[in-house]
Order: sequence, then structure tokens, then C-alpha cells
Amino acid sequence: MSERIPPTRTPVFEERLKKRYAAERRFKLAGIAAIMFSIAVLAFLLVTMTLNGIGGFQRAELTVPIDFTQAGIAGDPVVLSQPGGMQSLEAQDLPSVVEFFAEQELGPQGAAQLGSGAWREVGQAIIDDPSLLNTTATFDLPASPNLAAALNGEGSDETQALAARLVEQGKLETAFDVGFLSRADATDPQQVGIWGALKGSILTMIVTLALAFPIGVLAALYLEEYAPKNRWTDLIEVSINNLAAVPSIIFGLLGLAVFLWIFPSMRSAPLIGGMTLALMTMPVIVISGRNAIKAVPPSIRDGALAIGASPVQVVFHHVLPLALPGILTGTIIGMARALGETAPLLMIGMRAFVASPPDGFTSPATVLPVQIFLWSDEIDRGFVERTSAAIIVLLLFLLVMNGLAIYLRNKFEKKW
Amino acid sequence: MVTVIHPNLDDTEAKMRARDVSVFYGDKMAIDNVSIEIPTKYVTAFIGPSGCGKSTFLRTLNRMNDTIPSARVEGEILLDGEDIYRSKMDVVQLRARVGMVFQKPNPFPKSIYENIAYGPRIHGLAEGKQELDAIVETSLQRAGLWNEVKDRLEDSGTALSGGQQQRLCIARAIAVDPEVILMDEPCSALDPIATAKIEELIDELNGRYAIVIVTHSMQQAARVSQRTAFFHLGKMVEYGRTSDIFTNPLEERTKDYITGRYG
Repeated sequence: MSERIPPTRTPVFEERLKKRYAAERRFKLAGIAAIMFSIAVLAFLLVTMTLNGIGGFQRAELTVPIDFTQAGIAGDPVVLSQPGGMQSLEAQDLPSVVEFFAEQELGPQGAAQLGSGAWREVGQAIIDDPSLLNTTATFDLPASPNLAAALNGEGSDETQALAARLVEQGKLETAFDVGFLSRADATDPQQVGIWGALKGSILTMIVTLALAFPIGVLAALYLEEYAPKNRWTDLIEVSINNLAAVPSIIFGLLGLAVFLWIFPSMRSAPLIGGMTLALMTMPVIVISGRNAIKAVPPSIRDGALAIGASPVQVVFHHVLPLALPGILTGTIIGMARALGETAPLLMIGMRAFVASPPDGFTSPATVLPVQIFLWSDEIDRGFVERTSAAIIVLLLFLLVMNGLAIYLRNKFEKKW
Repeated sequence: MVTVIHPNLDDTEAKMRARDVSVFYGDKMAIDNVSIEIPTKYVTAFIGPSGCGKSTFLRTLNRMNDTIPSARVEGEILLDGEDIYRSKMDVVQLRARVGMVFQKPNPFPKSIYENIAYGPRIHGLAEGKQELDAIVETSLQRAGLWNEVKDRLEDSGTALSGGQQQRLCIARAIAVDPEVILMDEPCSALDPIATAKIEELIDELNGRYAIVIVTHSMQQAARVSQRTAFFHLGKMVEYGRTSDIFTNPLEERTKDYITGRYG
């Protein structure tokens, strides 16, 4: 009579055990591979953007000394500080003065090598400090697009030779363009800035958040805590889920048809853009908010009700604080999507050429993704790097926004 | 079949009185015509097998069943002679008067102090910080928790052990100075030592508050209560002095249950 072997000690069992562990290892490897792939794609994106974009934060600058004592420009600080200051300088022929000294410094074609709006930078410097007019000051002025291209080894041989000579003399160089972060759109890639679009994006996001967050959270709270469960609330739930899946361009058409019909004078305004994006963001906040509220343990509600808290106190003292981290996660996702959105904003006119940063919520503006789209469409070679630079700014903005939201989420996160 | 009520009950003042109470969940009847008096000075225990409706009945006593949309209550439940379902009594006020402790300890994810102070604060029971501090201290003392937590009132209530959490919940219920405390299997999630502490606490609170306790443990009912009601299939089968129910049950089903034949 053979001794009975327990089933868990048979060779068959051990064979199966090996297979089970092998399956686990395979699964783990697949997971690691997926994560490595995502990291590689992200790194590739960031590296190419950074390499391309660094050039976008720089521009070719010509060094031009200007002796204002010879120019005879009247610089009454009171006149200059008024809005018409720049016109007053233009009337006194500041552009010609700048061209004259450029030719003196750079040779016969010197004036042509300056960017078309270079004199404005001189003018701005005078407005900021009228005492310059009594001195000789040296300016780093933007070079013309041709010269800038020549500096990068493009364009005609003559211009390239000129660029090489000027670089040798130390009069032409590539410098970090501080102004890129303070100017708005322009036709000349040497003159463009990202601040207009960045400010437009910030204003638009403020409007979106201010509308979508409270409305979304209140809707989620009402649907979860107060609404009776019947056919109507089912219908509302289905509608909200569908709304989250509607293509964004449709929201743009809605904004065009409804908001611009109500406020016809606010074409291209961040207010309208924000309202349109809020429509798009709200369903995302409602859905994630409802899930977060559902996840609050019923025992907390019972505990509060049982000591006589009214339903509204239960909601605001207990449910909402516990659900807030989840709601914020949904808000991050919704806002990130809204920040990157282009299509609906094209519909409501935010693709217009806006040469100055918006003054407020109702003045014409553009936003970062639209600006990127517009620049990527430009023919001029100089816009390629500017586009990459704009993308970097957009990504940084996204990073700051998400970082803030994650900070807030962790702050409110509590254990129970 | 009607409830068998032991004839030798002593005359005692009733805090709550239920008359012909039936509870429905949708079409399903969960409680069938229960009438009972909850004495002011005693601990009343509800015993019975799972699903017999004792928790449902307990939750009708402070209208916690209102949170279940399909629940419907018939009959009348009087608190000091006033119908809690049909008079003008507000449900918020009712729950302040009839507190509740749940099966699973459910402290708020806030500090120990905030857990206790929350009730008095929303009801405006304390004027100023000192009075509130005093309420927190007495409540914790009555719940026998003060010495264990007095140095860490700012710690989270959820960081306490299970038994401490349950005593915190009792202290939270006491803090609004209720007249009745309902306890829904308060020890089922606790170990024997923590259970013993809660039972001791119930003994101490007895007399100050009318206490109703639902329990699965017949030993516990025998230890802490003076009145026992046996529920079965939504009906109250037998009601009497605890000692009588356990030593001299009049109904066959009660006898079977307490001798462990089923349940």
C-alpha cells in the first residue's frame, strides 16, 4: 500500500506553481514596459521642445549707440508719460534718428538691417527714463528678419557675409529676449512676444474656473445628496455624461450662437472664451465630483445626522471636505483640457491677430494654444523657434496649474 | 400573533412609547405592528436573529430611516407624549434629543476635540470657548475616555483604537445632552476588553439617559439591560424584565433562540 501524497506536494502542483509565478513576472514586465514607453515618449517630447524652443527665447540683436544730444528731441516727462507719448516721439521723427545712427554705426545699409519696429523700443526706453535724451545711450535693437535668418546660415550670400562681419565686430549677437515674455503677437518673428497669449490664457482660465467649479460642484452635490432618484434625474445624469463626450468644436459653435448673440461686442474676449470652455469643463467636474461624493462613507453622514446636523450642515461640514480631493482631481483634468483647447476658441474669434496684451476680461485676446496654432502656420522661418518657445510656455503654465491643484488636493486630503 | 408581555413589569415612567408601528421598505414589511414602552430609567435590549427588524425598529425611534427613500412608517411613536412622525417636532431637534451610536465606530475625520464639540456647536449649546471646553471634558469623562485622550485632544479621532473610537462616538452623542441614546450593536466590531469597557460605560450611563441597545450577544443583553424585547421576523415576540426573558421565557420561539437552537 503506497503512502498518500497530499495534492499540494505533487509534482503537478509544483509545475503549476512555477507557471503561476511566471505569469506574474510576465505581467510585471509588461507593466514596466508600458511605463518605460510612456516615459520615453514624454522625454522625447520635452527634449525636442526644449532644444527647438531655446532658440525661440532668443533673438538677433544689433548694438547701436545713439547720441541724443545731437538729435534735438524734446522730452517733456509730462507729455511722454501720457498715452500719446509714443506718437509725440514719432512726430519728432525718432524713427529717422534711430535709422541715422544705425547707418553711422553699421554702414550704408545699416538702417535696413534693423527690425521694422526697432525705434519703438528706443521710444519705450525714453518714455521710461526721459533723462536719456541728454546722453549717449547704447541700445540692443532687434535685427531684421533677413539678418536674423542670415545669422542662422540662411538667406543670400551677401546678407550672410554682412552678418558674419557684424558678428566679428561684436555688433550683432544672439541674446536672450526678455521682451518675448512681455510682448504680444506681431508680424515680424523678431518682434513677437508670448505675454499677450499667456495673459489671455490666464484670464480665460480664471473665467472658466470661476464658472465651472462652483456650478459643477453644486450640481454634483445636489444630484448626489438631494435629488430624488427617478426618471428625470436619470435623464439628467445621461445628459451630463453625454455632454462630457461632445466634441469641443460643438461647444465653440454654441458659444458663437448663444454668448456672442447675447454679447455681440465681445468677440474674441476672454470672458466669452472662458464661458465657452466652462460649458466644456463643467460636466467633467460634475462626473468626478459625484464619484468623489459617492465615495464618502455613509457612516460619516449617519454620524452627523444622528447628532442632529441638518442636511445642509452634513453636506458642508462633512461630505464636501471629504470629497474635495476627488473633486479637485476632476477639476485638474477638466482645466488642463480647457487650457489646451483650440477649436472652440477659433469659433468665437479668439484667433484674431491681437498685437497688444488684453487689458481685461472683455478686451480682445488670444490664448496660448491658438497662438501656437497661428505661429505654426506662418511662412517666416523665424516663427518655427518661436512656436516651440510658445509650446514650452504653455507646458510650464500647465505644470504650474497642475502643481497648484495637486498641492491643494494634498492639503485637503484626510484619512478616515 | 400578538406580543407576549410579561405581567410582572413594575410601573415605571415611559420615555418613548410605540403604538402599532409598522415599517415598510417599498412593499416589503420589515416591522409588523410593534408596540413597546421604553422606560426612562432602564436599559432596554432588543435581541433576535439577523434580519428580524430590531435595527430597523431602533432607527425609527430617531427617524434615521428617513434617509432611506423607500422606507415608510405607520403607527405612532411618542417621545414624552408627542408623536415624532406626525407632530410639529423637527427631525433635527428630535435627533438632538434621541442620540445614536452605530455598529461600526464612525468618528469624524477631525480632531478628538472637534468630534465632541461639533454637536454642541451646531446646536449653539455653549457660549464661548470655555463652556465648550467644559462640555468636551465632561462628555469625555462620562464616556470614560478623558484620561486616555486628555493630552492629545488635537489628534485625529480616527487614530484611536476601535474601542476608543466607539467610546468617542458615545461621548459625541452625550455632548448634546440627549434624553435617549440608541445603540445599534455598539460592540460587534470590538474585542472582548473593549466590549467590557463599553458595557461598563452603559451601566454608568444608565439612569441618566434612557438607553436602547440592539445586540446579537445574549450575554450582553443579560449583563447590561433591565428590559428585553425579543424580535423575530419583523414581530416583537416577547417583552419583559431581562431576568424573566432569560430564565422564564413564555414563548417557544424565545426559548429556542436564547437556548441557542437557532439564530
